[in-house]
Amino acid sequence: MTYIAKPPLHHPTLQANGVGYTRRDYEGRISTLCAGCGHDSISAAIVQACWELDIEPHRVAKLSGIGCSSKTPDYFLGASHGFNTVHGRMPSVLTGANLANRELLYLGVSGDGDSASIGLGQFANALRRGVRMAYIVENNGVYGLTKGQFSATADAGSRSKKGAVNHDNPIDLVGIALQLGATYVARSFSGDKEQLVPLIKGAMTHGGAAFIDVISPCVTFNNHGGSTKSYDYVRQHNEAVSRIDFMAPGEEITTAYAPGEVVEVPQHDGAVLRLRKLHADYDASDRYAALSYMHQHAARGEIVTGLLYLDPLATDLHVSCNTVATPLAALDRDTLCPGTAVLEKINAALR
Amino acid sequence: MKRIQAVNDFVIKFANVNGSGSASANELFAKAIMRMGVPVSPRNIFPSNIQGLPTWYEVRVCEKGWSGRRGGVDMMVAMNPQTWDADLAEIESGGYLFYDSSRPIPAARFREDVHVIGVPLTEIANAAYADARQRQLFKNIIYVGALSVLLDLDAAVFERLFAEQYKGKERLLDANMKALHMGREHILQHVPFPLGLRVRRADAVGDQVFIDGNSALSLGFVYGGATVAAWYPITPSSSVPEAFQKYCEKYRVDPATGQHRFAIIQAEDELASIGLVIGAGWNGARAFTATSGPGISLMTEFIGLAFFAEIPVTIVDVQRGGPSTGMPTRTQQSDLISCAYASHGDTKHVLLFPEDPHECFEHAAAALDLADRLQTPVFVMTDLDIGMNQRLCRPFAWDPERAYDRGKVMTAAQLDEAGAAFGRYKDVDGDGIPWRTLPGTHPTKGAFFTRGTTRDPYARYSEKGADYLYNMDRLQRKFQTAAALVPQPVIRPAAHPTRLGVIYFGSTSPAMAEALEELAGEDVHIDALRLRAFPFPASVTEFIAAHDNVFVVEQNRDAQMRSMLVNELGIDPARLWRVLHFDGTPINARFIAAAIRKTLVARHVAASPHA
Repeated sequence: MTYIAKPPLHHPTLQANGVGYTRRDYEGRISTLCAGCGHDSISAAIVQACWELDIEPHRVAKLSGIGCSSKTPDYFLGASHGFNTVHGRMPSVLTGANLANRELLYLGVSGDGDSASIGLGQFANALRRGVRMAYIVENNGVYGLTKGQFSATADAGSRSKKGAVNHDNPIDLVGIALQLGATYVARSFSGDKEQLVPLIKGAMTHGGAAFIDVISPCVTFNNHGGSTKSYDYVRQHNEAVSRIDFMAPGEEITTAYAPGEVVEVPQHDGAVLRLRKLHADYDASDRYAALSYMHQHAARGEIVTGLLYLDPLATDLHVSCNTVATPLAALDRDTLCPGTAVLEKINAALR
Repeated sequence: MKRIQAVNDFVIKFANVNGSGSASANELFAKAIMRMGVPVSPRNIFPSNIQGLPTWYEVRVCEKGWSGRRGGVDMMVAMNPQTWDADLAEIESGGYLFYDSSRPIPAARFREDVHVIGVPLTEIANAAYADARQRQLFKNIIYVGALSVLLDLDAAVFERLFAEQYKGKERLLDANMKALHMGREHILQHVPFPLGLRVRRADAVGDQVFIDGNSALSLGFVYGGATVAAWYPITPSSSVPEAFQKYCEKYRVDPATGQHRFAIIQAEDELASIGLVIGAGWNGARAFTATSGPGISLMTEFIGLAFFAEIPVTIVDVQRGGPSTGMPTRTQQSDLISCAYASHGDTKHVLLFPEDPHECFEHAAAALDLADRLQTPVFVMTDLDIGMNQRLCRPFAWDPERAYDRGKVMTAAQLDEAGAAFGRYKDVDGDGIPWRTLPGTHPTKGAFFTRGTTRDPYARYSEKGADYLYNMDRLQRKFQTAAALVPQPVIRPAAHPTRLGVIYFGSTSPAMAEALEELAGEDVHIDALRLRAFPFPASVTEFIAAHDNVFVVEQNRDAQMRSMLVNELGIDPARLWRVLHFDGTPINARFIAAAIRKTLVARHVAASPHA
């Protein structure tokens, strides 16, 4: 954590992206999280992903709940509107915002307490509805802001910093996301930027509900020997099943792969995800196989990471609601109000 | 034996079993009277149940147009054996009992002072129809037919109503007409008619419309430009979003593409409903949710966020009997304090109190404007009585020139002009209302991090005392601004100068008007003020100051509105006299007049307290 404000000056040699912004344009205020917090790495990955995607910052709406993770939207995309809502209820606010304006990109940032404990219901229902969003849970298994209590994703048997043992079974958000119909499901690790940045890019450009569970060690309260969400533990037990490369629409494909090694998956906006399979037996197009694979590996103490499931033909809540292309928030009175003559007819029918 | 004799002024009550299809037959009966130019006000009295429990439909026929519940029953249509004894007991002495005489009922179960008309409805229906469902449904129409002769209703009116209802379904039209005539024929041949109760053609309905408050509200939201609705089913509010859906499918579909200019989400609970609406309001759409007391309790944390982060949302509370699950299918005005001050900390919210379906329409559209103008939650406080009952009221009106007031929203050009001076929570106009920006407006200017935590005028997180005070004082100033923008009270002066006043609001309105006339007839004169909103404008203080004592009439036990008047306006509590009705039935004129008389006697106020 630092108290020194970042100078707003941009170095003239900073590289601009396709829409003329440098990486600095995607940064936010200085983080107030603990030094070494996994969440700051995720913020950096979000900055990198948005810059690489040529997203204009103001076209993103970033929403969060309450907790350390939910504070982070203040630390990236400073030119985007953000909304730090109430604890566990970001998904409903994001859903409403999305209904009002389908043209923006929605980034939901939450934590394990926020999404698995207090907010499990909203987490589940937003995914069920297929809200188009990138929903990132910064998962450290612990309540940081209130100093170290277990959250609902803490593994049974894991120890808190003060020595208490958690006896409750953990909630596996990835498993729930798969069951409830999320169309892009991934897990990653805050310490693995190479894996995380493309996963975020894929999620941001996905046509439906995208969920990424990012294990993000809490350096202050959950980075000790008894934790299953520490840097050391995750590094030792990480089982990456895939790597993805993200290619913007029309980008030239340069790297060559042996046949069968790579699956190219077009996204709805013309971008292409190149999915490199690291495990020959893993199939990211089969929701139920993904669930079973994950459970088998979890039983062996392995944390499966990578793009776990993808439905490239995903649709979203606006398709189910059959809403017009113009954002609802932009419709004017003449479009919305049936008018005086119609009201006369309505009156007549009520007599 | 006494016979109640009344023309165009009586109460008839139908005792049915719910799920038996009686509702549409009863509505047909009420509409037929209305079509004869005689005002009716029907009320559904129903259980929290789908099939098999008692349900009643009470119709007040009143040429003078009083639409409040009268109290007392002149004629009972007893179609439910379960409630026979209680229904019989309710009939006024000299009144009438209409029943299905297919099965003999022992003489001891009748009353000697009530006139009995038995019609073998089941026998007639069973002889005419083989199908069990048809027997049940047409039995209802048969009793309407019988009643139409007994009460002297015009058969042609029914013919027209059926023709309108079954346009294009001529087979149904004929079947219904046939059933109606079976009932009519039976009376014509076997029973002396008409009764002492009669309907005579009049011209007292005029251009009024007949609609329930929940439908009227939803139509107001269509006209007012609401595009996002989120809700969770709860009696008695569910028909608000359901009617909104129905109207939107008719008036909000792009004719070229068939796509919707609206989105309605049935959420997983009330927390999600209000969250959705807040998200939509934050992002520039006009959005509403509709609920009842228990839903408000669930929403309160979010309501505090919308208040403090200053996000426009409209919340309909169709009040029912509380506390807790309370009386889900009965009416009350008992959520006033829980809505006015919903959420922790120093919160205050704008409440609107429509009196009838006409004002439900008006207030729905006004609430959307007020929410945008004030950037805060606005509550439309109705109740089950006006929400779920059809009422005759003034026709809806919409000024074609009326624009939507979207409030203080900065455009990209305005942001360029304002530059760094823009502060999301800065009071630049002195009315406490800051300017807001919508997401996606400007590439580099106007973005801010919306939050429920304290912030400085530039939306930067701050727990400094001075920043906190600036914000809280500004919010208070905004609330004062609201008092001038909300629908203003309606004052109805008494015929003679008086030192007595009465304050009332919402669904109490028709009963109050009738009680005032009744009291005036006894030379008790009272000036009346009908509140239409909270915060209270200055005219409320002036009204109270101009009277020695003011009755506050409301439908809850704890005199919640009286407390709000005392606390908000610093009124001496001794000057505000309670009139409280809270048994779950709609308040009625007889009750109000009696309560006022009793208070005047107890307080030794002369019956004619002329100034």
